[in-house]
Amino acid sequence: MDAKDILGLPKNALPIQEKKSKPPKETQRKPDGISREVYALTGGLAPLMPSVDVNQLKRKAQSENEKITWQWLPFTNSARKDNLQLYHWVRVVNGVPPTGDYSFAKYNKSVDVIKYTDEEYEKYLVDPAWTKEETDRLFDLCERFDLRFTVIADRFPSSKTVEELKNRFYSVSRAILIARAPSPGDVIVHPLVKEPYNVSQEIERKRALSMVLSHTKQQERRDVEVLAEAKRISEARKTAKAAEEPELPVMADSGHDVTDRAAVAAAADSISPTPSTQFPSATTANPVSETASVVASLRMLQVYLRSYALEQMVQAASSSAGLRTIKRVEQTLQDLGVNLKPKVPTRAVCAEHLELRKEILTLLSLQKQLQYKEAEGSSYRDGSYAETPGTPPPKRLQRAADLDRTFTPDSLSFGGERIGKRDQKRKGPGRSEAPSSPAQSKRPRKYKASE
Amino acid sequence: MPQNQTHGADQPDIAGPTPKSQRTKMVKSSDDNENKILAKKLKDSEICVPIVYGNIAFWLGKKASEYQSHKWTVYVRSSTNEDLGVLIKRAVFQLHSSFNNPMRVVEGPPFELSESGWGEFEIVITLHFHGDVTEKPLHLYHRLKLYPEEESGSLSMKKPVVVESYDEIVLSEPSEGFLARVQNHPAVIMPRLPSGFALPPVPMEDINSGKRGDTKNHPLSQWFTNFSEADELLKLAAARQQVQAHIARLRRQLSLLDGQQQLKSASDM
Repeated sequence: MDAKDILGLPKNALPIQEKKSKPPKETQRKPDGISREVYALTGGLAPLMPSVDVNQLKRKAQSENEKITWQWLPFTNSARKDNLQLYHWVRVVNGVPPTGDYSFAKYNKSVDVIKYTDEEYEKYLVDPAWTKEETDRLFDLCERFDLRFTVIADRFPSSKTVEELKNRFYSVSRAILIARAPSPGDVIVHPLVKEPYNVSQEIERKRALSMVLSHTKQQERRDVEVLAEAKRISEARKTAKAAEEPELPVMADSGHDVTDRAAVAAAADSISPTPSTQFPSATTANPVSETASVVASLRMLQVYLRSYALEQMVQAASSSAGLRTIKRVEQTLQDLGVNLKPKVPTRAVCAEHLELRKEILTLLSLQKQLQYKEAEGSSYRDGSYAETPGTPPPKRLQRAADLDRTFTPDSLSFGGERIGKRDQKRKGPGRSEAPSSPAQSKRPRKYKASE
Repeated sequence: MPQNQTHGADQPDIAGPTPKSQRTKMVKSSDDNENKILAKKLKDSEICVPIVYGNIAFWLGKKASEYQSHKWTVYVRSSTNEDLGVLIKRAVFQLHSSFNNPMRVVEGPPFELSESGWGEFEIVITLHFHGDVTEKPLHLYHRLKLYPEEESGSLSMKKPVVVESYDEIVLSEPSEGFLARVQNHPAVIMPRLPSGFALPPVPMEDINSGKRGDTKNHPLSQWFTNFSEADELLKLAAARQQVQAHIARLRRQLSLLDGQQQLKSASDM
């Protein structure tokens, strides 16, 4: 309409037209069950399919034969003790008001606090730290406040801790229970009798809990580390024990748990040296325990191949070494002309092979140690002395380059097979494990250049 | 290649648990006792059976077709060509799925399988042992090789391609019955028995009775590799010597450095 206005079309014709068209349209538009505005949401047209089946909707009135009225009626609450009468709206059906207690009365639960007589008090409940008045007061408060001891502690006239109050309450209840029971057997199932309240334990537990809650992030991280360490140590011990004595797993486990918990607790409380002292012993025990566990696992297999056994032993021996170290061991073996996997794995050969690998590991670790010592020494020297670095550095350089390939085939002189010139092509008899010569020849040239 | 052998070679020399039916007349308690003794395991000892497994492949030359270019035999034999039937009950060779009945069972020695084909693939050899050895089978993996290494070498009908692997079957804590059965068998390396230990004697197998399961006179025996540990031991010993010398040298250097550093720190103070 506005558009037409803007366009400047004659208005006269339009209103007449619109007026004529509107009424018929509007009568068409008149919806049946929904309001005009809602109808307009659908775009002024009836939906193609009814979205909601009207019959599916719940009928508000269940049936029309009942007469429902709402009345303002008084009611009583059985939970109250003072017979207070209040009023509320009540749904009356056919003139009959609803029967039954106030619907919320069932939620009025309370605790059964024991009531003792004076004689009982004299007989069983006398305690040096507590007067009769205090005990009476305590019980009264317990009943009023449904054993909410924090509130009770607040309200208690003389200052006693929550634990003390709890202790008194539970021990009194327990004593009364036992005293009143016709025979001890009857009450033995009662939780109070079975598990009496332990004050010291409770105090300790709460202290520990508050400590844990007040841990700083750093302490949390430390705790996690200590726990992981303890777990590793206990597992290492377990494998060692399993290898030695397979008949005593249970006892060993429980023993370890106790010692581990002690270690963890000690570490958690304060900085203690026990975890650190455990570490060295654990690491030294590891290689022994690993080979022992491999032997045990092989025994379990009953039948196995020698080559497989060697693989397992090699893995166990190098389990503490990183990937780089293992690669270096293999490189050294190749340089020495030894097969990584023996071609004739007899018992003797396998044993020798394993020993050789272990010795190479020792060699590599010694080399590393030497490196570190030299680095230390040099920094020390540089710091305190103004010596001209004459001979030491080149030696160090060479040794550093040496470290990666200790046994260059040049320096080997066994078996008479590998002699002399680097550039000579090498092919062992029937075996093709000779390392590529060009790569090797480059290395020695490097040494010369640096010197 | 004989593949349908019965256990004939095995039965006569088995003493101990098996021939119970023959002994029903005897007092049962002593029988059970003996079985218990023979079933007892010898702790901390192991029996070692050195074996060689692999394949030999011949090019068929003129008779070769596209799908049958080679005739090959895969086998498991004792490294000294003795009879493995004393230990192994049967061997199962799992071939490539393109073969008919890819699971081939060989019921007695010699444990081998011959076929013709064109492709190289991995064969899984499962060894099943006799009851008194162990219930667990052992698996060997061998890649069938038909074509020679050097591509330049022409395929020869006369010279086959041979790939063999040496290994040793280790039986840990063998039962005494088994020990008794094999105590004098050449295929088996006996463990060192504890002093004063006596195994019940076993009648020696009559060499001429039954079929022989050893591969000493095998038609392909000329191609078998002779594996000797001596070479490898020598190499290993030499290598160890080198490493040990190196270690000693490093240790000396380290102690020297330690001494130097100590001196320096002492002089600094």
